[in-house]
Amino acid sequence: MKRFLPYIAVAFFASVPLWLQDQYFLHTLVVSGIFMLAAMSLNLLLGYTGQLSLGHVAFFGIGAYVSALTSLGFSVSIFGFQITHEPWPPVVGVILGTLVAGICGYLIGKLAFRVRGAYFVIVSISFAEVVRLVALNWVELTNGPLALPGIPPLTIGFEWTGYATLWGKAQNYYVVLVAIIIAYVIIKRLVYSPFGRAMIALRENETLAMSVGISVTKYLVLAAIFAGAMAGTAGGLYAHYIQIIDPMVFMFLNTVTMVIMVITGGKGTLAGPLVGGLIFGLAPVVLRSYVGPELQWILYGLLMILIVFVLPDGIVPAIERWFGRSSGNADDQRPLTLETSKAPQS
Amino acid sequence: MNAETTSRQPILAIEHVAVHFGGLIAISDMNFHVGEGELVSLIGPNGAGKTTAFNVITGFLKPTKGRVTFRGTSLNGLKPHEVTSLGLVRTFQRTSVFDKITVFENVLIGLHRRTAASLFGTLMSLPKERNAEAALREQAWEILKLVGIDHQADELGGSLPYGDQRLLGVALALAADPSALLLDEPVSGMNASETARFVSLLNKLRAKGKTILLVEHDMPMVMGVSDRIVVLNYGRIIANGTPSEIQNDPEVIQAYLGQGVKHA
Ligand SMILES: Nc1ncnc2c1ncn2[C@@H]1O[C@H](COP(=O)(O)OP(=O)(O)OP(=O)(O)O)[C@@H](O)[C@H]1O
Ligand SMILES: [Mg+2]
Repeated sequence: MKRFLPYIAVAFFASVPLWLQDQYFLHTLVVSGIFMLAAMSLNLLLGYTGQLSLGHVAFFGIGAYVSALTSLGFSVSIFGFQITHEPWPPVVGVILGTLVAGICGYLIGKLAFRVRGAYFVIVSISFAEVVRLVALNWVELTNGPLALPGIPPLTIGFEWTGYATLWGKAQNYYVVLVAIIIAYVIIKRLVYSPFGRAMIALRENETLAMSVGISVTKYLVLAAIFAGAMAGTAGGLYAHYIQIIDPMVFMFLNTVTMVIMVITGGKGTLAGPLVGGLIFGLAPVVLRSYVGPELQWILYGLLMILIVFVLPDGIVPAIERWFGRSSGNADDQRPLTLETSKAPQS
Repeated sequence: MNAETTSRQPILAIEHVAVHFGGLIAISDMNFHVGEGELVSLIGPNGAGKTTAFNVITGFLKPTKGRVTFRGTSLNGLKPHEVTSLGLVRTFQRTSVFDKITVFENVLIGLHRRTAASLFGTLMSLPKERNAEAALREQAWEILKLVGIDHQADELGGSLPYGDQRLLGVALALAADPSALLLDEPVSGMNASETARFVSLLNKLRAKGKTILLVEHDMPMVMGVSDRIVVLNYGRIIANGTPSEIQNDPEVIQAYLGQGVKHA
C-alpha cells in the first residue's frame, strides 16, 4: 500500500483541474505547489543534514529575479561598461535561475559550513538580507521597489513544433506538478544513496560520521547546492506564473512559511514538506470562507502550534508510526530510519 | 624507556608529541611506533592521556608539539575524515553509534569509504550504482556476521544492549576498511563471555593482517592479546615492551600500585 501511495497521490492531483470549478482555489494550489517545491528543497538541508537555513527565501528570490530578467532582457552599466541582454525564452530563464541559485548555495555552503549551528543560521539570514537590499537598490537592473512587471509566462515547445504559451492556471498547475515529481525523484534517489546516508550521518552524530571518513563540508555543501538550485527553480516558476516580482519576495515570512511546511509535515521525510505544504498553503483559503482576515491568521498560528505540540516529529512520521502499529509492521515504526536490511539475504 | 622490541616495519609513528590543555600537560613528549600487523596496547591509569593520544593520532585534536606519521604520510593538520581515508580508523571510548538508525544502516554508513557511486549515476539510478549498492549491502552483512550482531540488523543502534553497542562501534570502524584500527576500551562494560568473544574477534582481525592499537583497562585481556605494551602515566611513557617485560617492570608496578588497577 505504502509503495503505491505516491502514484495514487499523483493520479489524484493530476485529475484536480478536470473537476475543480473554483479558479481561485486552483490558483492557490499552484502557488502552494510552488512553495511546496521550495519547502522540499529546504527539507534537504533542514531535514536531512539538520542545518537550519533561515534565509532560504534568498535562493527562491534569486531564481525568480534571474529567470525574470533573463526573459525580460535588461541593460545596465557596470564600471562604465554597458551590458545589454536581449530577452531569452522563459524556460531558459528558469534553468539559469536554477543554476545561479545552486551556485549561490555552493558559495554560502562553503562560507558558512566552516562553523555550523547558530553561525549558519546567521549567515543564511544575512545572505537573504543582502540579496534583498541588492534587489531593492539596484534600480537600473531590478526596478527596485517599483517591481518588474510583464514577466512573460512559460512557453513550451521546440522550433519544429511551434511554441505554446502557458497562460492558464491549469497549464501552470501541471508544470508545477511535474516539477514537484521531478524534485521528489531527485531527492529520493539522493537520500537513499551513499550521498544521502552521509548527510543523515552528519545530522545524527557528526563526530562519528567523520571517524568513518565522511567529509563534513563536502556533504553539507552538496546539500546546499541542491537545496539552493531547487528553491531557485521554484522562484523561477513563481516569477513566470505571477508575472510580476518585487523585493517583497525576499520577505522573512516566506522563509518562515517554508520552515513551517517542513516542520509540521515532518522534516527528514520525503512526503513531509508536501503534506505540510498542502495544509499551510490551503489553510488561508479554506479559513477565509469561514472567518475574517484577523482571526484567520490567529487560527493559522494556532494550527501550527497545535501540530508541533501534538506531533513534534510532524504529521508524516506520526501517520507512519500509526500505520506501523496497527499493521504490526515494525519497519514503519521508525520515522528516522531510511530502510531495513531486507535486500540480499544470504 | 625500553628499546622497541618490534622487528616489523613500523607504519604508525608518534614522535615527540605533546598536548597541553591550558596549564594541564595531558601528554608530554610521547614517542612510540606500531609495526605492520602488530597488536600494541596502550595502557595506563585513568587520566594518563590514552584517549588524548587517540584524538591526536586521528586528527580530532592538534598536538601542541610533535608529529604523527602513518605509512610515511604526516598526519599533522589532516582532518579526521582525511586520516580515516588513509586507512587509520578509530573507535570511541564513550559508546558511539547512530542511535536512531538501524544496526544495518549504521554499517552502511560506515561503508562510506567503500562506495563507488557517482552523483550523476545516483540521480539517474544507473545500473552501475544499483549494483554498487547491492554489493555494499553484502559487505554490510559480512561485517555484521564477523562481529556477531547480524541477528540484530533491524534493531535501532540505540536500542541494543550495551555490550552489543560496543560491538556495533567496532563494526562501524571495520566498515571504514581500516588497515590499522585504534580501539579505545572496546571491552569496557562487557562481561567475561562477551570479552572472550571479543578476543576471538581480535584474533580474526589479526589473522587478516590488521594492525591494532588497543587502549584497555582489562589487564588479563591486554596481557593475553598484545605483542607489545606501551605504558603511559601522567602523559609520559614509562615502559614499552612485551607483556612479560611489562609485568615485571618496577616503574609500572609502582604506577599501578599508586593508583590501584582498575579491572573491568
Ligand atoms: N578537551 C580537554 N580539555 C581539557 N582537559 C582534557 C581534555 N581532554 C582530556 N583532558 C585531560 O587530559 C588528561 C588525559 O585525559 P585522557 O582522556 O586522555 O585520559 P585517559 O588515559 O584516556 O583516561 P581513561 O582511562 O579514564 O579514559 C586528563 O587529565 C583529562 O582530564
Ligand atoms: Mg580514555
